[in-house]
Amino acid sequence: MNNAFIIGQYIPGESIIHRLDPRTKITIIFFFVIIVFFANSIASYGLLTVFSIGSALATRIKLSYIIKGLTPVWFLIIFTFILHLVVTREGDVLFELLSFPVYSGAVAQGSAISLRFFLLILVTSLLTLTTSPIEITDAIESLLHPLKRIKFPVHELALMMSISLRFIPTLMQETEKISKAQASRGVDFKTGPIKERLQAIVPLLVPLFVSAFKRAEELAMAMEARGYQGGEGRTKLRELKIKPIDIVTFGIFCLIIIGLYLTRT
Amino acid sequence: MRQSFIEFNNVSFRYGEEHPWVLKNVSFVIYPDEWVAIIGHNGSGKSTIAKLINGLLFPQEGEIIVDGLKVSQDTIWEVRKSVGMVFQNPDNQFVGTTVRDDVAFGLENRGVPRPEMIKRIDSSLTAVSMNDYLLHEPHRLSGGQKQRVAIASILAISPKVIILDEATAMLDPTGRLEIMSTITEVQDKHNLALVTITHDLNEITKADRVIVMNDGKVWLEATPREVFTKKEELQLIGLDTPFVSKLADQLTNLGVEINNQPLSHEELLEELWISHSKM
Ligand SMILES: Nc1ncnc2c1ncn2[C@@H]1O[C@H](COP(=O)(O)OP(=O)(O)OP(=O)(O)O)[C@@H](O)[C@H]1O
Ligand SMILES: [Mg+2]
Repeated sequence: MNNAFIIGQYIPGESIIHRLDPRTKITIIFFFVIIVFFANSIASYGLLTVFSIGSALATRIKLSYIIKGLTPVWFLIIFTFILHLVVTREGDVLFELLSFPVYSGAVAQGSAISLRFFLLILVTSLLTLTTSPIEITDAIESLLHPLKRIKFPVHELALMMSISLRFIPTLMQETEKISKAQASRGVDFKTGPIKERLQAIVPLLVPLFVSAFKRAEELAMAMEARGYQGGEGRTKLRELKIKPIDIVTFGIFCLIIIGLYLTRT
Repeated sequence: MRQSFIEFNNVSFRYGEEHPWVLKNVSFVIYPDEWVAIIGHNGSGKSTIAKLINGLLFPQEGEIIVDGLKVSQDTIWEVRKSVGMVFQNPDNQFVGTTVRDDVAFGLENRGVPRPEMIKRIDSSLTAVSMNDYLLHEPHRLSGGQKQRVAIASILAISPKVIILDEATAMLDPTGRLEIMSTITEVQDKHNLALVTITHDLNEITKADRVIVMNDGKVWLEATPREVFTKKEELQLIGLDTPFVSKLADQLTNLGVEINNQPLSHEELLEELWISHSKM
């Protein structure tokens, strides 16, 4: 699991970041994504970098693990940087790279954009790394709650998300079972021309869909039998609570915003 | 005359105009504190009966009364409050992302306050020995463990009738004994009606009464002991009698005197004792 791609992965833990209310994390990330675009000086970028790396360290997940887990993203970042070096023509020519003139403005812009990109990916992946999918679902339900007024189906959306979360592993297990069953009947998924391999997927998908629909029907029936009649009048077992630590974190984030405002040029 | 709890009056049902009748003129009653086993071959309409009881399906003819209410669109939510049902497939009735959330689901639907919920989840999971799995996701549980969770979920809502549709089929023999004794304990304590659906004659021995279904009709309503006296007929409608019962028959054929149809190994032993001491 050393090189696993970490976006979307959840690593259980007991760190401060893990214990933050998921709504705090989502709100902060939402604003972070906006303020990243306001940084325009070395000091302001430095401030945001310190905040992001600081948060990453606070998760107690090894920084090297996170950096490695972002490998595919690194390629994108480097690609963006090189593209800028080649395309942008501002400022003085610094040096020539393989007979291409490299301008000072290109280095500055390239680094700024790559850094922004990196910070965005890092901070958003911290959310999924430290928050279980069901917590995220609960947080979305709670944050979108005001939209109920305009008849937006908030509860239904959250229920849909949590049921998908519950059934994804089940359906994966089923896919594996079906593909083994079909392989034992001579269907070959792994070799041969692309066209044949694509055709081999059909005997996998058809039974999978049939069983998914059957499951959905039975699940709906079981939910009704257990008294489910929509979000009205329901109580909740999982509850979200704003704790002092959330308020402190918010305070720190506000300081960062003020700091950003002061360090902009 | 005892007050009945569930009543089927001349109920006929089919899944659609073009489908054959699944239940034909079915009538029976179930009393508030008895254990009734419904048995029949595959496709004889047992699960359909269960779904009719809590209004997941409605009959085309006849009426169904549960706890004094005629089951209809207007009363289903009242009816479902008193009916706790466990379905055949444990995987497709697991709604929560973890064991705890799944048991909570029925309680949340009923608007039970959170502190009460936590208490009930704890006690019902303890009752089925699953309290060590509180935070497990369903894909990390075996079929039998999921059935235990499903049973815990209905124990938690304390219904007036528990319907188990082959809900213990995936448990090993010890597990089944354990769960059934938990359920009968609960049944005794709270005076519940219990309806167990099965196609295994071994599982009806402890019931108060048995309804044998054949091809959408009530074929026989009797005590377990009476049911076992009709071995040939049972085999004709696709039900195999338990080993003890067959053994007793063979012994009778050999001239051993057995008066009372034995339901368990102990009872057979008892009979053999008696007949031996008479010799
Ligand atoms: N959703 C459905 N649509 C159409 N026909 C159905 C449906 N569900 C069941 N049937 C039919 O109704 C009949 C009775 O089914 P039911 O599920 O009640 O049988 P059962 O006694 O529970 O059998 P088993 O022991 O296999 O569980 C069967 O012939 C079946 O094919
Ligand atoms: Mg059935």
